[in-house]
Amino acid sequence: MTAKTLSPVIEKEQIALLEQLSNACGILSDVGEVRKIVLEKIQPYCDSVKVDALGNILAIRKAQQPGALRVMLAAHMDEVGFMVVESEEGGLFKLVTVGGIDVRYLPGKPVLVGKDHVPGVIGAKPIHLMKRDEMQTAMDLDGLRLDVGPDGGDKVKPGDHVYFATRFQQVGSSMVGKALDDRIGVVTLATLLQYAPANIELLAAFTTQEEIGLRGARVAAYGFDPDLAIVLDSTPAHDYPSYDGSENRYFNTRLDAGPAIYVADTGTISDPRLLQHLFRVAAENGIPYQIRQPGPGGTDAGSIHKQRSGIPSVSISVPGRYAHSPVMVSRLSDWRNSLTLAHTALTTLPQDILQRA
Amino acid sequence: MTDIKQFLNELLSLPGLSAYEGPAREHIASTWKPLVDEMQVSPIGSLHALKKGFGSEPRPRILLAAHMDAIGMMVTGVTDGFLSFTEIGGIDPRLLPGLRVTVHAKRNLPGIIVMPRDALLPERKSETPVEMKYLFIDLGLSAAETAELVQIGDLVSFAQEPMELPNGIITGHSLDNRASVAAVTACLEELHNVQHAWDVWAVATAQEEETLGGGFTAPFAIRPDLAVAIDVTFAKGPGASDWRTFPLGKGVSLGIGSNVHPGFFKAVKEVADKLDIPVHNELMPRGSGTDALAMQIVADGITTLVIGIPLRYMHTPVEMVAMKDIQRAGHLLASFIATLPVDFMQNLKWDD
Repeated sequence: MTAKTLSPVIEKEQIALLEQLSNACGILSDVGEVRKIVLEKIQPYCDSVKVDALGNILAIRKAQQPGALRVMLAAHMDEVGFMVVESEEGGLFKLVTVGGIDVRYLPGKPVLVGKDHVPGVIGAKPIHLMKRDEMQTAMDLDGLRLDVGPDGGDKVKPGDHVYFATRFQQVGSSMVGKALDDRIGVVTLATLLQYAPANIELLAAFTTQEEIGLRGARVAAYGFDPDLAIVLDSTPAHDYPSYDGSENRYFNTRLDAGPAIYVADTGTISDPRLLQHLFRVAAENGIPYQIRQPGPGGTDAGSIHKQRSGIPSVSISVPGRYAHSPVMVSRLSDWRNSLTLAHTALTTLPQDILQRA
Repeated sequence: MTDIKQFLNELLSLPGLSAYEGPAREHIASTWKPLVDEMQVSPIGSLHALKKGFGSEPRPRILLAAHMDAIGMMVTGVTDGFLSFTEIGGIDPRLLPGLRVTVHAKRNLPGIIVMPRDALLPERKSETPVEMKYLFIDLGLSAAETAELVQIGDLVSFAQEPMELPNGIITGHSLDNRASVAAVTACLEELHNVQHAWDVWAVATAQEEETLGGGFTAPFAIRPDLAVAIDVTFAKGPGASDWRTFPLGKGVSLGIGSNVHPGFFKAVKEVADKLDIPVHNELMPRGSGTDALAMQIVADGITTLVIGIPLRYMHTPVEMVAMKDIQRAGHLLASFIATLPVDFMQNLKWDD
């Protein structure tokens, strides 16, 4: 093999896969559409693949050398969405959110229902019929309805899952679409399987139920029993101006500033040895990176690091604006550098990284 | 033969904000061309199309007005690659977060409306609506590219593609009032081989959403004897259930109130009843909020009527309308015009 085939890249093929996955729909463990695409893509590169009780894909690519470190890589397949919970007359339904969706994003949005992607909308009262001051109050879920048309009601039933109807689009160096959180990590992980480093046992978990409590990753980590774990996710970028022009000190991450390395979030304090390795690899190879502002939020690392007797973990995310909304924006440069950072960190992973002085 | 649904879908994808109706107008003009005898564009942008009657001159005239302008937004500032904006036509800012738009800059640019996180806004209770002045548009471009391409005053349209739901229900933006333009088109189609006595002026009016500009100026140029405003009205649905609302897909409305001549109303109602076209009485105590409000008081006054097509979620990007009601409005207008006697005005009465 030439050196070229050993370095993974983000080119047309990977972007097309992201497009396919971003347009696919899946929440909780109901990620069949996503899983099918992923399985098709990774099967040729894996020594073993299985789907577990939570719907996770657990894929293994063996090391080419004995005694290799067993490294778990995780990316979640589920997105945020809704469940239909109550049926009313005339094609109207009540919804609840699944995953952390700000309800203020719902009014006026087209959605897709169920495996057949039945089209519908979440409407809102005409501005002409509002009372004074009505616009000062946010619309809440009690007042909003899924509407699939007066004659469309028989195609939808309580228990169906609902998704934002947003088609993926590449705009200049930006990728625009729904569920980039974390389909972008899913493509990164699939690509790493394809270009698996020979020096490690690669344990790839495409997880479910991340958005409602990091549940898929918890059992995936138990099953894999790895030496360490790296989570590949998407993290919010709030890098826009403050209302008064003052310095934005609450950006979390910024687009075009490189992969976001987690030091600490709600669920995890990243393993310092893994962090130091990432910082060193990035510096030695001129890979740009940023440290995600420590604070609220989390990744599958939150459940992985507490599994069994403890699994040293760290997360690398591609920054994305407007997470958990109908549409996100991420940059190609950040995605490419995330893949390069993860791949380089794995190929240069010291055998004794977990030994304490 | 124009496929009305296809025409409507094409029209929904074309921009045409108030005073910038050009792209919509051109498409309407090319569709109407084979159906009418002459067309003009008015000084403020309305499309006036004449289908001549078959009576002897001078012929009486009926004006069918459907406004073609759409609500949208306009860029008010460019900061670090993010655009601030204001509304054109009435828009509830609570609909905007996460919405996809097209910014009509040096070229058409896709964008997203951004709701900033609370930490970057003035102190507020969390999860309260964010005012329009604090929302942004993100084009996915660098700050330099954005500054090069966009300037203050550029227009912004909703970018959602229309969708079709079961049984000819269409959902999308700008159905207010492109649905009525489609109804007028259906009327012209139906009149194509009909020997009607009156001259028919089909008008796609401009600037209804902001100033009723087309409603004031078209009748002045045309001087019709009768004028009908065809516009959308409120369909029953979530958040809309009182006396001002009508069931979706179950018939059109005929206005009753200050903007409507009762004799004109009665004549059209009789045609509807004879043809079994379901119509609802729409009460408009003070005014109709349509072009009829303007048309009625042009020059020395005009005999007007309002036909309403029920529509859910008015002024949102997911307005919803039934093709059936659009066809009904077109059929009702065409049937009325087909049988309209030359001496209708002479026999028009205020009271029974």
